[in-house]
Amino acid sequence: MSSSEIPILRLGKVLLAGLLKELDDKTAVLFADELSHQVSAVGAEAVILDITKLEVIDSFAARILVEIATMARLLGARVVVAGMRYPVAITLVELGLALPGVETALSVEHAMKKLSPPGGSRVG
Amino acid sequence: MLGDMERARGEIARVIGEHRDRIAAAWVVAQESRLASPGAVDAEELREEAETLIACLREGLAAAVPLDHVVTGFPPIKNAVTDLSHRWARLGVSATAIAGAIFALKDACLEVLAEEISDIELRLEATQLIHRLLDAAGLLTFQTYVDSREEIIQRQNRQLLEISTPVVRLWRKVLAVPLIGTLDSARAQIVMESLLQAIQENEAAVAIIDITGVPTVDTAVAQHLMQTVAATRLMGADCILSGIRPQIAQMIARLGIDLSEIITRSSLADALTAAMRMVDDVSPGEDTRGESTLLNVP
Repeated sequence: MSSSEIPILRLGKVLLAGLLKELDDKTAVLFADELSHQVSAVGAEAVILDITKLEVIDSFAARILVEIATMARLLGARVVVAGMRYPVAITLVELGLALPGVETALSVEHAMKKLSPPGGSRVG
Repeated sequence: MLGDMERARGEIARVIGEHRDRIAAAWVVAQESRLASPGAVDAEELREEAETLIACLREGLAAAVPLDHVVTGFPPIKNAVTDLSHRWARLGVSATAIAGAIFALKDACLEVLAEEISDIELRLEATQLIHRLLDAAGLLTFQTYVDSREEIIQRQNRQLLEISTPVVRLWRKVLAVPLIGTLDSARAQIVMESLLQAIQENEAAVAIIDITGVPTVDTAVAQHLMQTVAATRLMGADCILSGIRPQIAQMIARLGIDLSEIITRSSLADALTAAMRMVDDVSPGEDTRGESTLLNVP
């Protein structure tokens, strides 16, 4: 299995991946593949994708995000996309890509809060 | 024929030049009786206007410019006419009155020409020439008037866009956009952009769109609202639609617009209550940003 150059960090049962540069088609596919293996290997309960740095998401990358969410759900994990920039959100909505099935959060911090149930901590 | 016209042109230039004072005086008298509110433009100013116009007209006739382009292509006349239109328009004189004033110059000129040119052929030619010239000038005043109005409308449009889409922070992590007036695509786009930008800057968890001031909601507006809500969700915030009046609710139901994916509340107060409950749900702890903590010190 080839690697996609996107680091996937493991925080307990949560996988955290930061997308630092625009997703090209090949990277996106490799990344989805690698992530699915990781989710299954770790038995992750959640995946957080930090896209704060992304200025552009094309329709293919958007589809991959939806696929990752579907795939993760099948493996028993939630996917939270964190930190989408507002121009990206506008573009996606105008393209009619509302990312169904993908959870969202303002930042990684909010995503963590969203994942941890009130009172207890699942992370760590 | 062409010779006649050139001769007439020269003759007009001469007559106008010699009798400019008489023409100006006749025109001023005509204006004073014509203008609905005589105080709007005072006699002294009228006299100056008249003299400038006549002088420019004479120059234009004397210059080597084709007749049809004397008004539009000869800068002094064009400027004199447009200046006059602008100035009078600002004083609240109607477009009809301004054009009428230019046309009145015709009468003033023709009266003098009739006395000064004895040759009947030449006089006819000169009359036609004056008509053509001042008709063009009259049209120019109209054009100027319309242009300046258009400019005002554009400016007001821009101002309206600027003032009509404020994003306000109601509570920690709660933003609101009170929409007032009809939503068209351009405005909806601006609302969406400013709201999303504010969400990003304030790390807001809930955005309330209040449509109390929106007179009607049609499918296009609903579409824009849905898009805004979808974009808000993509950024990780929630969106509440508030201020739906009974008529609007009926209209939405009748048009079959599906807003079931959007959280709706009837009033802004209800929406704020719901928002604060949601904020508490999302983050039981307090805002971790130091700045806000500081602000909370009693």
